[in-house]
Amino acid sequence: MKPAPFQYTAPETVEESLVLLHTFREEGKPLAGGQSLVPLLNMRLARPSVLIDLNRVRELSYIHDEDATVSIGAMTRQRAVELSSLVREKLPLLAEAVRYIGHPQIRNRGTVGGSLAHADPAAELPVVTLVLGAQLVVRGLEGTRVLRPEEFFVSFLQTALAPEELLVEVRFPVHRTYGTAFLEVARRHGDYALVGVAAMVQMDGERCTEARLGFTGVGPVPVRLPEAEEAATGRPLDDSTLGEIARIVAARLDPHSDIHASATYRKEVAGILAGRALRLAAERFKQREGA
Amino acid sequence: MKRRAQTNASRRTPQARRSKQAKVSLPPLWTRKEIRLRVNGVEYTSTVDVRMTLVDFLRHELGLTGTHVGCEHGVCGACTILLDGQAVRSCLLFAVQADGAEITTVEGLGTPERLHPLQEAFRDHHALQCGFCTPGFLMSTLAFLRENPEPSDEQIREVLAGNLCRCTGYQGIIDAVRDAAQRLRSGYGA
Repeated sequence: MKPAPFQYTAPETVEESLVLLHTFREEGKPLAGGQSLVPLLNMRLARPSVLIDLNRVRELSYIHDEDATVSIGAMTRQRAVELSSLVREKLPLLAEAVRYIGHPQIRNRGTVGGSLAHADPAAELPVVTLVLGAQLVVRGLEGTRVLRPEEFFVSFLQTALAPEELLVEVRFPVHRTYGTAFLEVARRHGDYALVGVAAMVQMDGERCTEARLGFTGVGPVPVRLPEAEEAATGRPLDDSTLGEIARIVAARLDPHSDIHASATYRKEVAGILAGRALRLAAERFKQREGA
Repeated sequence: MKRRAQTNASRRTPQARRSKQAKVSLPPLWTRKEIRLRVNGVEYTSTVDVRMTLVDFLRHELGLTGTHVGCEHGVCGACTILLDGQAVRSCLLFAVQADGAEITTVEGLGTPERLHPLQEAFRDHHALQCGFCTPGFLMSTLAFLRENPEPSDEQIREVLAGNLCRCTGYQGIIDAVRDAAQRLRSGYGA
C-alpha cells in the first residue's frame, strides 16, 4: 500500500463538502482529479487524515455560457474544456492552453479547479486566469469570496484558500475583440513547461493598441509584465519592438535554474516566446477582423 | 469497518459541532469499503482498503496482472486502463473511486489465440521488445483510435507522449498505431 493510512469520504453536494472541510480543517484534504495529489500521497509527501473525494459532487461539473462570461465548475475535467466548442469559440486562449496540460490520459481525470488550487508554478491554467482577468469563486460555510488571480495565487503551491474553503467556480470574461495565443516550451509535449507565455492583443492596422503578456514556469506564481505590455502598446509588432520586449522580459523575470534548464536559458526562451506569442495573437486578431 | 463522522467526535472542533452543519448529515468516513464494478464485462464485488490504488486492486485482488505498475506517479503510462471508456492512469485512482465504474484492461482486448487488431499491428511492426510498457500503450491507443479513427502522425506522436517505452525508440509503435487505425477502419478482425 503506497499512501499512508487515511479515512475516505465521498460527499455528493457542495454543502456536504464544505461541512467536511470545516470539520476536519488542516486534517482534511479535498481530492479532485488526483493527478497531482495522488502522486504526493503515493510518495507520502502528503499525509492527510481524511481524504474528501469531490468526484461525486456532480453540481461542480459544468461549462455555462453567460454571454459576456463563461463560468466553469471546479470539478469540470480538463478534457471536457478541451473538447468544448463553446470554450473554443469564446475562450480560445483557454482552449489552446489546456492542450498543453499533461497528456489526454491526465486530462481525462484532471480538473480545472484542481489545477488552480494546486497552484503548480509551471501550470498552464493559472496564467490563463491571470491574462484573461478571471474571477475565482471560493466558498466556505461562512460565505463566498470572489478573488482575482493576483489575490488567489500566493506562492509555490500556495493559494489564498483557507483549509475550510473550496474553489467552486472560475468565471472567465469573454474578450471577443482580442487576438490571443498560448505558447510553451517543454522537453516533451505534456511535460511541465520550462516557460509558457499567454498573449492577448488588440490591433489598429499594424499598430498594437493593447497587449497583455503572462508567463508561467518562471517564478513562484504566474506573472504579467506591465513594462513589456507598455512597450508593445502603440507600436507595430516588428523586429525592433519585439527585440525590445525580449530584453525587458529577460531583465524583469527572475526564473530559477533546475535540472531541466538554467535561469539564463529560461529568460532567453521567455523573451523569444513572448515575441512569437504577440505576433501569433496579432495574426489571429486580423483574421478575426477580416472574417 | 464503517465509521460515521457523527460518531467521530474527537476529531471535531467546538465550532464544528455548533449551528449550521447540524442541518447537513455528513457522509460516512471509511477505512475499508465495499465496491462493485465491472471489469472486462465481469461483475465484481469486493471490500477494499480505501488507500489501495486501482492498479493494485486489479493485480492483487482480481489477479489481472496484465496492467503493469511502473512509476506510480502518473508519468510512465504503464498502468493505463479504460475507465468508463476513457484512458486513465490506474495508479492515480483509488479502487474505492471506481465503485460503479466499467473498466477495460488489456485482458479485455484479445486472447493469445485471437489477438485484437491493435495487438496484431503491434506484433507485426515490432512495436515491443520487453513488453513492460505495452499494455499501457495498447489501452491509450485503443481510446485514442475510437476518438480519432484517421489520426495524423503528429496526433499519434502527441498521444503516445503519455506513455514511456525504453526499448523500441517509438518508431515501431508509431507505425503500429498508424497500421492499426487502417485495420480498424477496414473492419479487419473487429
